[in-house]
Amino acid sequence: MEPAIKINNLTVTLGKHFKALKAVNLELETGKIIGIIGPSGAGKTTLIRGIVGRLLITKGQISVFNIPAGSSQLRQKISYMTQELSVYSDLTVKQNLRYFAIMAGIARNNVNKTIENVLRAVDMSQKAGSLITNLSSGQKQRVSLAIALIGSPKLMVLDEPTVGLDPVLREKLWRLFAVLSNHGTTLVVTSHSMDEAKRCDDLVLIREGRVIAHSSPEELRKRTGTKTIEQSFLKLVGVKK
Amino acid sequence: MSLRRTFSTAGRVLRQLSHDPRTLLMLFVVPPILMTILKYVFEGQPKVFENMAPMYLGVFPMIMMFMVTSIVTLRERSGGTLDRLMTMPISKLDFIMGYAIAFSILGFLQALVAATIMLGPLGVTVAGGVVPTIIAAVLAAFLGTALGLFTSAFARSEFQAVQFMPAFIFPQLLICGIFIARDQMSDILNWLSNIMPLTYSVDAMKQVTLYSNWTNDLTWDLATVALFAIAALILGSITIRRQEKS
Repeated sequence: MEPAIKINNLTVTLGKHFKALKAVNLELETGKIIGIIGPSGAGKTTLIRGIVGRLLITKGQISVFNIPAGSSQLRQKISYMTQELSVYSDLTVKQNLRYFAIMAGIARNNVNKTIENVLRAVDMSQKAGSLITNLSSGQKQRVSLAIALIGSPKLMVLDEPTVGLDPVLREKLWRLFAVLSNHGTTLVVTSHSMDEAKRCDDLVLIREGRVIAHSSPEELRKRTGTKTIEQSFLKLVGVKK
Repeated sequence: MSLRRTFSTAGRVLRQLSHDPRTLLMLFVVPPILMTILKYVFEGQPKVFENMAPMYLGVFPMIMMFMVTSIVTLRERSGGTLDRLMTMPISKLDFIMGYAIAFSILGFLQALVAATIMLGPLGVTVAGGVVPTIIAAVLAAFLGTALGLFTSAFARSEFQAVQFMPAFIFPQLLICGIFIARDQMSDILNWLSNIMPLTYSVDAMKQVTLYSNWTNDLTWDLATVALFAIAALILGSITIRRQEKS
């Protein structure tokens, strides 16, 4: 199967000198949950901003479904959940979803059904009429994720989607990610939590702008001879524990 | 461009503001209060108030819309919603026009309220009548919206956006001809006032105040305000980038 995302020799310099990504080469498979894992400031958000087409690439290439990242043809196929909440806090949950559904191009007669489905998926149906500003941070996070689910995108790019969520809800969302992946959706999920890495099909470990490993969690543990992803990461960066 | 997306954006902006009573108070209650204060400031010189009040009607909508638009747009940039929208099939024109429509509607309502108070309880008479007065005020609001959309690109925080008021609006206010006729200012300031949009908004109000018929100068002033606003909208759309430079 063709990879969902191909990245060739991608280097991104932020400002004048700071190299956020250094000669990154990756091929990410279709229909998998791909974890981009690394500490804060490693370059995860820069990498996914490149994938969703928000970053002007000047050195290297990124293609998504064989189309250059940022092309207008991709806008119906991908969804992006940013690290900020990216919802309108002075609107209700339903008003937010309705607006983003229209922006995503959902047909007028499907908007209500779409809203119901995504609310059910993130377990927020009861809060449809609540103002975002009155929700807890975990609930806001779920609304943001619900927006990313609108339109059944082929690729979902989620920047730290489970931050601030309680363990029960986190478990629920990872199950939802697995269902989406089983239906052919490719999910790119960033996280700085090594605990969550084991739930991914494919891992990209990133540090100081470089990819230090790319494999399944199982392979990574075998290759490094460690028991956990955290130990694998520490071993790869040369830190003894 | 999609009309559905444009009008949904306009509706969304208006809905957001409808949940914000403080902003609504600022838009609809503050201008009439300021006009009333102005009336009593010039209690001993009612003629001065008669001349100045319509000019303020050309200034208030512009300043208020500038402030509200620049902050609301900045929130859109800093809160991540613009980031999300720019990965969706919405065009930049849908976004910009949605804002322009929403704030023009608010500008119209604001002008209507302020003009009603000015021409009613405050007893100001304008030779040109209500319709040209409202048109000039709405165009001033449209100009403020367009300038707010444009300048918000240069602010990184709401604090910085507010700082654009003294840097961007106050100089225009000083030389637009409210305080002293432009031909009595130094040549440099007079020349500078010719390239400032607020000058034409105030000039339009002067025309409306002085002449009972629709003059060529009024057409020219209103067209110039509209052109400045359209130019600012185009520049504003350029500052919204699908792909940001690294």
